[in-house]
Amino acid sequence: MKSEIFTLCSPRLSEGYLLMKYALKRAAAGLATILIVSFLTFAAFSLISGDTATAMLGTSATPERLAALRAELGLDRPLLVRYGEWLLGFFTGNLGVSTSYKQPVWEILGAKFRLTLCLSLLSFVLITAVSIPLGLWSAGRRRFEGARTALNQLGMAVPSFFTGILLSWVFGVGLKWFMPGQFPDGKEDFAGAAVYLFFAAAALSIPRIAMTVRMLRSTVQEELGKDYVRTAISRGNDRGQVLRRHVLKNALPPVVTFLAQTMAEIVAGSIVVEQVFVIPGLGRMLVTSIAGRDYPVVQAIVVILAFWVVLAGTAADLINQRIDPRLRIGGAA
Amino acid sequence: MKRRNGFLTAGLVLTCALAALILLGFFWTPYDPNAMAAGPKFGGPSPAHWMGTDNFGRDIFSRVLKGAGATASIALATLAIGAVCGCLAGALTGCFGGPVDELLMRLNDALTAFPNILLALVVISLLEPGKKINVILALGLVFIPSFARVTRTAFASLRDVNYIKSARLMGASNPRILAIHMLPNTAPVLLPALTIGFNNAVLAEASMSFLGIGVTPPDASLGYMLSEAQGMLFAAPWYAAGTGLVIVLMVFSVGLLGEGLRRQDKGVL
Amino acid sequence: MLEIRDLHVKFLGRDREAVAGVSLSIRAGEILGLVGESGSGKTVTAMSVAGLLPRKQCDYSGEILLDGKELLHADRAELRNIQGREIGVVFQEPQSALDPLMKIGPQVEEVLRVHTKLGREERRRQAVEAMAAVELPEAEAVYEKYPHQLSGGMLQRAMIAAAVIAKPKLLLLDEPTTALDVTIQAQILELLKRLNRESGVSMLFISHDLNVVRKLCGRVAVMQRGLLVEEGEAQEVFHHPHHPYTRRLIAAIPTRTRKEGGA
Repeated sequence: MKSEIFTLCSPRLSEGYLLMKYALKRAAAGLATILIVSFLTFAAFSLISGDTATAMLGTSATPERLAALRAELGLDRPLLVRYGEWLLGFFTGNLGVSTSYKQPVWEILGAKFRLTLCLSLLSFVLITAVSIPLGLWSAGRRRFEGARTALNQLGMAVPSFFTGILLSWVFGVGLKWFMPGQFPDGKEDFAGAAVYLFFAAAALSIPRIAMTVRMLRSTVQEELGKDYVRTAISRGNDRGQVLRRHVLKNALPPVVTFLAQTMAEIVAGSIVVEQVFVIPGLGRMLVTSIAGRDYPVVQAIVVILAFWVVLAGTAADLINQRIDPRLRIGGAA
Repeated sequence: MKRRNGFLTAGLVLTCALAALILLGFFWTPYDPNAMAAGPKFGGPSPAHWMGTDNFGRDIFSRVLKGAGATASIALATLAIGAVCGCLAGALTGCFGGPVDELLMRLNDALTAFPNILLALVVISLLEPGKKINVILALGLVFIPSFARVTRTAFASLRDVNYIKSARLMGASNPRILAIHMLPNTAPVLLPALTIGFNNAVLAEASMSFLGIGVTPPDASLGYMLSEAQGMLFAAPWYAAGTGLVIVLMVFSVGLLGEGLRRQDKGVL
Repeated sequence: MLEIRDLHVKFLGRDREAVAGVSLSIRAGEILGLVGESGSGKTVTAMSVAGLLPRKQCDYSGEILLDGKELLHADRAELRNIQGREIGVVFQEPQSALDPLMKIGPQVEEVLRVHTKLGREERRRQAVEAMAAVELPEAEAVYEKYPHQLSGGMLQRAMIAAAVIAKPKLLLLDEPTTALDVTIQAQILELLKRLNRESGVSMLFISHDLNVVRKLCGRVAVMQRGLLVEEGEAQEVFHHPHHPYTRRLIAAIPTRTRKEGGA
C-alpha cells in the first residue's frame, strides 16, 4: 500500500510546465532536423556546382581568371561561412541569383510559393473532409468488405498524374469547365483560378483519400477489438457513445501522424500535378530548375519543401502529445 | 475452416498474366513500336490497333508493351537495390543493436519523413537527370530506408525469441543464424513490403519520367509516354487512356497480391 | 436472483460448444465462485450474463433471468439499461480494460453519466466517494490520473469502484486478481468480501484458482469443457469433492495452504 501511495506524488501545477517543456524540446528537434537537411542540401549542391566558375567561363579559361571569378562569387570562402550566409538569406530575402533567369531567387519563388501553398492546403482539406467520414463509415461495416478493399486498392493504384489527365479530359476537354493548361490569373479571374485549382487538388487527393480511408478503417477496427471497448459496453454505453467517448480518441494519434505524412506526400504530389495542370508553382519550378541545372533555385525549393515536411511532422507530434498523456516524456508517473 | 484467399488468387492471376504479357513484349510486339505509319495517324482503337495510333501513326499497344517492360524492369532493378541494401542494413542493425543502430534509425526516421519522389528528385539532380541508370540509382537509394526499417523491426523482435537464443547457445554462427533461423521468419513481413515497394517504384519512376527528368527517349517508359499523350489529349485521348490503364493495372494487380499476402499471414480472410 | 437455465453458446466455426448446457443460480447477497481451467466456458458464461456475447458470431440458447427479466434474448436497448446499472463487471487485466486516454475519475463515474442525469459536480463527488470506499488512497488525486500512472492494484480498485458506483445487484468478476501480485490479491479479496457484507451485492467470481475461490465464496461451481461438473457449498466441495476433475483441481493446490483449510 505504501509504495502505491508513493507513486502518486503529483504536483498538479507541473503538468502545464511539462507540456511546455516537451513542446520546446520537440520544436528544437524539428529545428535541428531542418538545419541538418538544409546543410546537407547546401553541401551537396555546392559540391556538384562547385565549378560554377568553370561553367561560366568554359574549360579554356586561365586559372587566374577562374580564381578571380571564384573570389568575385565568394566561392573561395569556407563552406560553413557560405552556408551561414545562405541560411540567413531565408530571412533577409537574399538567396542568390538564379543561373537561368538571372533574377534573384527570392523574387522568383515568392508568388510560386503562395500558389503551391494554396494547392496543398486545398488538397489537405479535401482529403480530410472526404476520408474521415468515409473511413469511419467504412470501419463500422463488414459487408462487401472484400469489394471495398479491392476498390480501395484501385484508388491507390491510379497515379495522380493519370487522374489529372482524366479530369482535364472529362471536365476540361469534354465539359469545358476549365481550360487545361491555361491557369487563369488569380487576380483577374478568381473563380476561374479557384475551379482550376480545385481540379488539380482533386487529382492530388484521390489516391491519398484511398490510403487515408484504409488507414482509418484499420485503426478504428483495431481499437474496437481492444479490452476497454468491452468495458465501455459493459457500462451500458451504446455504439455511438463507445465510438465518441473512447474509440475515436484512441484512434486519433496514428491518424494525426498519418495526416502529417499526407501533408508531406501532398507536397511531393504537387510537383507532379502542377506539371499536369501547368500551374506555375514551386513544384513545376523545381522540375524546370533540375532539368536546367539551376542549383540556387533547386536548393532553395528543396529547403522550403523540407521545412514544410518537418513542420507537419512536428505539429503532429505536438498534437498527439496533447491527446495521449503517455507520450508526455518525463510526465509525472 | 479454410476459406479461399480471394485477394491472393486474384493478385497472383493478374500479376502473372501481366508479367507474361510484358515478357512477351520484350520479344514480340504486334508492330514495331517505333515504326512510323504502321497505321493511320491518330487512329482510334480498332481490331488492328487495339489502343489506336499516335500522331506518327505508331501502334500504341506495341509502344505501351515496350514501355511497360521498361517501367517494370526499372522498378525491379530499383527494388533489388533498395531491398538488398535495406534488408542488409536492417538485419545487421536489428540484430546487433548498439549506438550504430540508434544513429542509423534516427537518420532513417528523418529520411522517411520525406516523400520518395522529393528525395529521388534531389538525388537525381545531384547525379544527372534523364539517364536510365541514374533513375534506377536514385530510386534505389531512396527505397533503402523503408526496407531497412521493416527488416530491422522484424529482426529486432526475433532477436530475443527463445529459439534464436537457443540456436546461439548451441554455437551457431551469426551469419548462419541470420540466414537460416531469422530470414525465413521475416518473410511474412518482407513479402508484402516488397509488393508495396514495387508499386511505389513503378509510381515514382512513372512520375519522374512524366516530369521529363526520369527516363527519356529513346528509352521509352510509361511515364514519359503519358506526358507525350497529354499533349495530344484532344486528338488522341486513347493514347493517354491506354498508357494510364496499364500503369493502373500493374499497380492494382501487385497491390492485390500484397493485400492477399498480408491476409494470408494474419489469417484474416 | 440470477437464474441461468440450460445455457448453450457455440461460436461460429468451432466444433465444440463453449458452454454446453449450464444451469446456475445466484441468491441475493451470495458470492458464487465459478472455477475451471481456461477454455472451460466460465468466462463465456459470465459474458452471456453481462450481455457481452458477440451475438452475430455465435449461436446461443437457454435463458438468463435477472430478477425475472430475460437477458440472453433481450434487445440491445433493454440490455444497455441493465448493463452498468444492475450488473457491474470487473475484468481480468485492469491495464487494458481501462481506456488509456481517459482519466480515472471519468471512467469511474461513466456508469452515472450513461444512466443518470446527475450533474458533473455530483458525479465527481460520488466517484471520489466510491474510490474512497474501495480504499484508493488520495481519491481526489487519483481522479485526475491516467491509467498508466497507477499500479495494477490501484487500477483494479478503480475498476471495482466503477463497477459498483451505481449500486448494482450483481457484480461479475472475471479473474479480477489473476494479473496481480499475491499481496495485492489478498487485499482485493478482503475488499470484495467487505463490499459484499456492507452492500449485499451478489457476486459471480470467476477464477481458475480454487484456493482463491475458497477464501471468498460461499458456494462453488466447477466447470469443465463447457459443462458444470460439480456445484455446492464451498467447504463441502473442497473437503468432499465428488467429481474426479474437482479432485484433481484440489490436488493441484500446494499442500501447505491446503492444510490451513477453512477460511
